[in-house]
Amino acid sequence: MSAAISVRGLRKRYGDVEAVRGIDFEVARGEVFGLLGPNGAGKTTTVEILEGYRERSGGEVAVLGHDPAGRARELRERVGIVLQSTGMYRHITVREALDHWAGFYSRAREVTEVIALAGLEEKAGERVNRLSGGQLRRLDFALALIGDPELIFLDEPTTGFDPVARRQAWDTIRSLRALGKTVLLTTHYLDEAQELADRVAIIKDGRLLAEGAPGELGAGGDERYRVSYRNGDGSLVVEETDDPTTLLHQLTAAALARGERLYELSVTRPSLEDVYLELTADVTPTPPAGVAHD
Amino acid sequence: MTEVAALTWRQYRLERRLFWRNPSAAFFNFLFPLILLGLFGAVFSGNQHDLNVIVPGIAGLSVMSTTFTALAFNLTFLREQGVLKRMRGTPLPAGVYLGGLAASAVTNTALQVTIITLAGKLLFGIPWPRDWPELVLFAAAGVVCFASLGVALSHVIPNFDSAPAYVNAIFLPTIFISGVFYDAASAPAFIKDIAEGLPLKHVIDGLSGAMVTGKGIGDHLSGLAVIAVWGAAGIFLAIRGFSWDQRRD
Ligand SMILES: Nc1ncnc2c1ncn2[C@@H]1O[C@H](COP(=O)(O)OP(=O)(O)OP(=O)(O)O)[C@@H](O)[C@H]1O
Ligand SMILES: [Mg+2]
Repeated sequence: MSAAISVRGLRKRYGDVEAVRGIDFEVARGEVFGLLGPNGAGKTTTVEILEGYRERSGGEVAVLGHDPAGRARELRERVGIVLQSTGMYRHITVREALDHWAGFYSRAREVTEVIALAGLEEKAGERVNRLSGGQLRRLDFALALIGDPELIFLDEPTTGFDPVARRQAWDTIRSLRALGKTVLLTTHYLDEAQELADRVAIIKDGRLLAEGAPGELGAGGDERYRVSYRNGDGSLVVEETDDPTTLLHQLTAAALARGERLYELSVTRPSLEDVYLELTADVTPTPPAGVAHD
Repeated sequence: MTEVAALTWRQYRLERRLFWRNPSAAFFNFLFPLILLGLFGAVFSGNQHDLNVIVPGIAGLSVMSTTFTALAFNLTFLREQGVLKRMRGTPLPAGVYLGGLAASAVTNTALQVTIITLAGKLLFGIPWPRDWPELVLFAAAGVVCFASLGVALSHVIPNFDSAPAYVNAIFLPTIFISGVFYDAASAPAFIKDIAEGLPLKHVIDGLSGAMVTGKGIGDHLSGLAVIAVWGAAGIFLAIRGFSWDQRRD
């Protein structure tokens, strides 16, 4: 089966600003793919091109076998969208909204089930203008899932969620994955990407800096481990190595010989966050991508 | 076809339900012209000539305010809120959505023209319309023309805060020069010339012919042509410039 999403040489300019400057990636069917990058990196631009909202300036994209620019109704039947920011009729209730939206799709899910999935049972009869920010975001989620889509775009879906709601949303995304759905997700929460994504891509200034499974996304791909412990005098020691077995053996042998313990001894791989910060750091200040709009 | 009709009907029903849930919008769209009718009716009470002008005049104003004004406001608001963008991400065909929205506006027109006709008969001594087909024809022509112009205007309005300025800059001068509140025949020549080129005066003339003067459709063909030209321009601009997403400038 062909990839759910394929992007080749994608470019997008807004006037003088080149927001996306040649990006390539593929998302396999059934995969959860995370798109990471600092503010203004071009994540929303990329996602909205794939959703059919914006026109690309160059490159090739395919979404479930369609060119999204054609805005085929058949494609929209199979895709669910949570936009980064969006609004809703103010005087509609949660249940009415989902009932109405369900009518747009030929194979909609059960409204009550989707309300429960989004954790909105207690607010089902409430009008949209009386929902909190996080509850509105859950409604966005519910509206994106009502058509039982094969592919779901989530542009910062959990921004504004409390910690419990975030865990619930993660469970929902995992359950989508278990059902074989494809998810393209952008987020600024690296723990979220680490938890959910099979693969991530990091973009900055419209360019793709790295791509791979969150656990394997080491800079250059070489295996680096971090060994840390506290000395007898309480100071923290951090050492990096590509051979943790040998290092641990030496450290523990030396400690035993001195009759000391290595407090808080741990061996970790660089986290996605470490890799992210390293990759997106401005070493030499790159010229800005152009004049940003206000 | 039946699917399109069913979807449009659903959208229309939702729009109606939500319309009545928003009291301030319902007030401005719906009660305002009726209050005007009450006020002017009281001012001109006993003066049948003025009443004969004001009743079809306010019917014309209603045609314009329920379509042109209401759609320009609504679309600007829905666009700014992101509702249009959200709709665009669903399989709902764009035409069905706009059709439901426009049909809801036209329902307000029909309700208002009906109430004004009733009030004209019951309160202001104007007989039942002599020419029903003419009444319906001019109301319908006005609706199509002003609805499409309202949609077209919404593209030009940059954000909802400035919507009243844009809409009123067109709406208020138009209703003043088109003889809503006085007999257009008594206006200075240059005002008359401008009004002749705009659609509202001809809608009012047609309604007046149907409700008061008894002049038939045949006497208003050139007026219908003016309405048709504006309507065609409105439809062209409405479709061409439509933007679903918030303006960034
Ligand atoms: N409609 C637009 N018109 C002009 N410039 C735009 C437009 N949309 C985005 N840009 C610019 O393109 C660049 C990328 O924006 P984009 O919204 O894709 O970033 P992002 O990665 O989603 O950022 P964030 O994390 O803040 O959501 C930014 O410099 C932004 O100023
Ligand atoms: Mg974004």
